[in-house]
Amino acid sequence: MGLLDSKVCLITGAGRGIGRETARRFAEEGAILYVTDYLEGSLDPLIGELKEKYHTDVTPLYFDVTEESAAKAAIMSVKKGHGRLDVLVNNAGIMRDNVIGMIGQKLLHDVFDINVFAVINMIQLANKLMSRQRSGSIINISSIVGLEGAAGQLVYSASKGAVAALTKAAAKELAPNGIRVNAVAPGLINTGLLQAIGENKIQENLKNVKMGRLGEPIDVANVLVFLASDLSGYVTGEIIGIDGEATV
Amino acid sequence: MANLEKYNNAFIETFEITEDKLAGLKYQDIEAWDSVGHMGLIAALEEAFDIMMDTDDIIDFSSYEKGKEILSKSEYGVEF
Ligand SMILES: NC(=O)c1ccc[n+]([C@@H]2O[C@H](COP(=O)([O-])OP(=O)(O)OC[C@H]3O[C@@H](n4cnc5c(N)ncnc54)[C@H](OP(=O)(O)O)[C@@H]3O)[C@@H](O)[C@H]2O)c1
Repeated sequence: MGLLDSKVCLITGAGRGIGRETARRFAEEGAILYVTDYLEGSLDPLIGELKEKYHTDVTPLYFDVTEESAAKAAIMSVKKGHGRLDVLVNNAGIMRDNVIGMIGQKLLHDVFDINVFAVINMIQLANKLMSRQRSGSIINISSIVGLEGAAGQLVYSASKGAVAALTKAAAKELAPNGIRVNAVAPGLINTGLLQAIGENKIQENLKNVKMGRLGEPIDVANVLVFLASDLSGYVTGEIIGIDGEATV
Repeated sequence: MANLEKYNNAFIETFEITEDKLAGLKYQDIEAWDSVGHMGLIAALEEAFDIMMDTDDIIDFSSYEKGKEILSKSEYGVEF
């Protein structure tokens, strides 16, 4: 008996990193999965693995989360396929930045389009199914820098701060409909997104993590299992840190 | 059930009004058609016609008549 038995879950950006590990953990817990990514075919290895290991009912959906009509079509296909949506994990995100004075309009728009506006759109769409069934769990991925701010990361920090704020606002608005909305705020998690900053910078930042190690995607995925499951049935509007006691 | 009947029922059941009040009815004309009522109406219409409306159309849906015009668009394909 898994913690997510028969729950219909949609995870965006599941091709790698935290999203992929979350898909694995959800599958292990018996979830019915819809996994999304941008590049056609990029989910094939994951789908094969989940079907073989856990016999998961898993469907890939390829679309850019910033495209409203594509996101709508994805939610429509969940509705047609299973008639309900129990869990939405808004995981797809990008980390790009520049120093103050060099923040261009394109950078601003790219980061906010994916990290913030797409998340709001997905919440609106998921709410259509969840409100009808009067239950659901929406989980967003904020970041420690969204709560604390980080030098050189103004845009990304602002976008993840927005995720924290919109999580709390949505939790208040959707609680009467039986929908819970929470977020996690990871610190340094060992994925491609983090590796892009370079080994030297990672080692430098690691000095500020009291547990003395990077987080692994599984550290985040385990908390997401809790937030997706009925174990957290009375938890909403929370931003849970997953950072090994880090400071920024 | 004919589409017009389904459409009318969504208004009648969501706002608890009678059919004779529908013609000319506009958003916020009656207490029940406030923003919360509006979302209830949209949910009822989406359920009745098995569609998912775009946010811009939900915002533009300003009257009983305008709603018919929006649902008649090719992407929703509701014929009245
Ligand atoms: N790693 C960290 O230290 C850390 C810390 C705090 C918060 N986070 C957050 O955690 C989430 C996952 O990060 P990660 O570290 O796992 O990053 P990652 O390894 O770069 O994975 C991100 C995933 O999102 C997908 N994606 C990006 N833009 C997309 C779009 N427009 N449409 C659809 N999919 C898109 C990517 O697809 P492609 O492969 O096609 O690009 C990829 O599969 C992000 O929201 C990130 O901000 C990460």
